[in-house]
Order: sequence, then structure tokens, then C-alpha cells
Amino acid sequence: MNARISHIAANTFREAVRDRVLYNLIAFALLLVGAAILVGQISIDIERLVVINLGLTAVSLFGMLIAIFIGIGLVSKEIEKRTLYTMLSRPVRRWEFIIGKFFGLAGTLVVNTFFMAIGVFAALLYVSHHLQRPDAWLLVALYFIILQLLMITAIALLFSSFSSPLLSAVFAFSLFVIGSFAEDLRGFAAMTKGLTHWVAGSAAYLVPNFSALNVISSVAHGEAVSRQLVFYNSAYALFYAALALCGAVLIFERRDLK
Amino acid sequence: MKPARGTTVIASILLIACLNGTVFTLGRVDRLRTGASLEEILYISSPKVLKRLSLGYDGLLADVYWTRAVQYFGNRHRGGPENYKLLAPLLEITTYLDPHLVVAYEFGANFLASPLPDGAGEPERAVQLVEKGIRANPDEWRLYYNLGFIYYMEMRDYARAADAFARGSERPGAHPFLKILAANMAQHAGEVETARILWITTFESTHDRQIKYNALAHLRALKVEEDVTNLEKLVPVYRERTGRLPASLNDFVSARMLPGIPVDPTGRPYKLMPDGTIEVRDPDDFPFITKGLPPGHQAPRPDFSKLKMELPH
Repeated sequence: MNARISHIAANTFREAVRDRVLYNLIAFALLLVGAAILVGQISIDIERLVVINLGLTAVSLFGMLIAIFIGIGLVSKEIEKRTLYTMLSRPVRRWEFIIGKFFGLAGTLVVNTFFMAIGVFAALLYVSHHLQRPDAWLLVALYFIILQLLMITAIALLFSSFSSPLLSAVFAFSLFVIGSFAEDLRGFAAMTKGLTHWVAGSAAYLVPNFSALNVISSVAHGEAVSRQLVFYNSAYALFYAALALCGAVLIFERRDLK
Repeated sequence: MKPARGTTVIASILLIACLNGTVFTLGRVDRLRTGASLEEILYISSPKVLKRLSLGYDGLLADVYWTRAVQYFGNRHRGGPENYKLLAPLLEITTYLDPHLVVAYEFGANFLASPLPDGAGEPERAVQLVEKGIRANPDEWRLYYNLGFIYYMEMRDYARAADAFARGSERPGAHPFLKILAANMAQHAGEVETARILWITTFESTHDRQIKYNALAHLRALKVEEDVTNLEKLVPVYRERTGRLPASLNDFVSARMLPGIPVDPTGRPYKLMPDGTIEVRDPDDFPFITKGLPPGHQAPRPDFSKLKMELPH
């Protein structure tokens, strides 16, 4: 990787890890996993299910919150603190700044997910006393969560490149919600004709499809995830993240920073 | 600061390439995950939990769930389903979230009651759904009509159908046919005529084009079945008179048993087969018919695009 990009990424990672909000969210996620154990104990025969469903959902949701709330401030904070001007006065290009920021936050999220995943597996081990072979599919679900986080980070960065932090948060969160219903949007498009079909179809392909990346409920039942799905989901998430980053670069290149 | 031209060009090319990449890969993902979405969505299958989660926006959520139910039914219907197992839970959630969403009881019950593969083949659940709708909306005459329709068409329960039509006829704004239907049910009289009245009432009381076309297709099927029955009855009469089977429908006209060559609702003449049975010229024009089909030919799936919006004579 370009040395300048890796420096920006490393600094972004360091800054994010120092952020108190980040620690609070991790602590809360771990608390939720703990709650999963308690809920599991007061239900009948679904302790493992509750731990997996609640644990992975917590990893996903808190990852999303971290990605959105840190992602939206990546550009605006640098402008507020005026550190961006210092950076851009050096031989750092604007696109390198955006890409570096993306990799920095992506690295933070991967590390966070790793620690939260350890929490989920520890909780699972606690309730069932041993791990089973189908539990390996949880790793695929966690991998898909990381892919989701990469997409939402790129989206947050895209909005952050032209909008205020508050609006960026609203836009990114709205897109996350819409993306969770993307399959319904495509189902709706398939059932309509004419202009509605065209508009709904285009919107369905333009919004991120998070539902295809959510396999939590099936892995909780020990169901396998096909290799093809892993491959195409990976390709899709990387294409989408790259798409959003290209948009962010194009906008940020034209932004008047005076 | 002017944007770097090279960066803009590369980023634009990459953007277009990535957009194509997302569309392509998403298409592949869709192929791998056909029909998976609803299975997951119904992980929250409790209407009560959903109502709490809606934070008071239960009307909007009911609309979302009703749309889901329609999509689910439409997708399964097109795909040739083995079952519609999620249809009833989806309708239950919808009507729990908004008990006054009459359309969900009305059409939902029809989806549930029609036999496979056109519907879920669950008339008992359809009856439960409409009864629930009537409890929540006691003045909606359409719900009583629906209930009577299901009892008559799908369950052949004349007494309950008569009761439903009679109760419906007393509601404000009820279609005048309901009284006739109640009387017909009570007498078990004129099966074809009763069915015709039911479909005409459906045709006249809905604004939905699909439902109108569906009613029309049933009315055309009734017309064909009635014609075929009547024409086939003429064959033994002709044979008794002349000592031979008629060679064509012209023989009936020559023998003054018919005023002219009878035609089906598309305007094409019926065919008299060598064994004395009657067939339509193009069976694919008539979904829902059970008579007038060539041996071994199945009635086609409905294709409403071919139909004109006019009642058959």
C-alpha cells in the first residue's frame, strides 16, 4: 500500500481506538452477550440459539453504530480541527486521505469484531460446555458482518465527504435500514411493470443489500453457507465499498475547503 | 483547488466498473438465495411482539406486512409452489397490527381459500381470518360476502354460506345480490346460476383490475361449461331422431335443434368430436374450465393479459 495511505490509516486506527465512545460500545456489546446467557437460562432449550442470535446481532449492530458514528466524523473532524489543511499542504492527495481514512476505520472495526467474536464464543462455550463442528459457520457469519461493516464505513465516508456529521449519520443510518429491506424492494420491483418497475429496480440495485449478508439465523441452526454465497457476497461487498469510496473521492476532490 | 484530472477519470471509471460489479454479483447472490428472505423475516413471528416493536407505528407496519403477504403470495404463485406455509402467519400479523385493514381479510382469505396451486388450499384458516375481520369490522358487508363465498365455493357448506350472505345483506350499503345468494343457498338451487351471481358480484364490487379479470375468467369458464353441457345433451337426442351421431354442429342447425352455430366467449365455434363430445377451439384461452378440454389437457394457468374487460353474454 502507498506509504502515505498507510500512515493515514494507522493514525485513524490509533485515533479510533482512543475514542471513548468506542470503548463504551464494546463494553455494552459484551454486556449484551452476558445478557444472552441470562436470557438463555430463563428460556427452554434455546440457550445456544439465544446466545448465537443475540451475540451475533450485538456484534453486527454495535459494529454498525461504530462504523457510522466514527465514519461520519472522519472528514469533518479533520476540517474542524484544521488538521486537514496541514495534511493536504504536504504531498498528500485528497484521494489518499479518503482511502487512508477508510482503511484506518476498517482496521479498527476488524479488531473490534475480533474481540466481540471472542466474547460470543466464550459465551457459547459457557452455555454448551463444548463447541460443535457446526459452530464453525459462526465464523462465516462474522466474516459477513465484517463485509457489512466495510460497506457501511464506505457509505459513512461518502456522506461525510460532503455533508455535516449529523446529516451524514441520518443518511448512513437510513441507508442501512433501507439496505436491510433491499430484497423486499427487489421483490416489489419484480411485481410491478413500466416506469415503477424501472425506478424500483434501479433503486433496489443502488441501495446496499445487507440482507444477503445476514446469515445469523441460519448459522444459529447449524445450517451450512455455500462457498458460492461466500464468494459472491465477498465480491459484492468489495464492489459496493469501492463504489462508495469512488463516489467519496470524486466529491471530495471537488469540495471547496476554504 | 482544481480536482486532479487523472484522479477524476480513474475514480469515474472505477465507479462505473464497481456499479456493474455490484449489479452482477447481486444477481448471482439472488440466484443462490431464492425465497430466503421471508423465512428469515418471520423469525419474529409473534404479532404481539411486532406490535410492541412498532412503537405505535403499527398502521405503517401493517401496510408493510400486507405488502409482504402479497409479494409472498405472488412470488409463490408464479413459481409453482409446494405450499404457502408463511401466508397465514403473515396475514395474522398484518391483521393483528391493523384490525381495520379490511383488504387484508378480503383478499387474504381468497389467497388462503383457493385450492392449490392457485391458492394455499386452507379454507378453514380463510374462514378464521374472515371471522376475525367481521369481529373487528362488523359493518363491512364485503367480509360477510367473502365468508359466504368461501363456505359455498370451497367448502360446499350451504347452511353456513346462507347465514353469511343473509347477515351481510343486512349491513349498510350491501350489494343487492346478497339477498338472492342467501335465498339460493337456502334452497341449494341452481349451482351454475349461483356461481354466476357470486362472480358478477365480485366483478362489480371490486376496483382491483386483477380481481375483476379473475372474476371475468371464472364467468367465461362458467359460460363454456354450461354451453358444453347443453350441447352434449343434444347428441343423444339427435341420435335418437336420426339413428346416427351428428357429423358437425351444422347437423344440429339443419335439424332445427339450434338456431345457429354456437360460439364460445372468444367468438369461435365449439368443436364436435367424433365421439359426440364438445371441445373449445383453443383451450389455452380458458383458465378454470373443467369441461370442453381435449382428453388429458390441463386447464391453463390464468393469463389475464388476453382478456377484454366485458362480461360474457
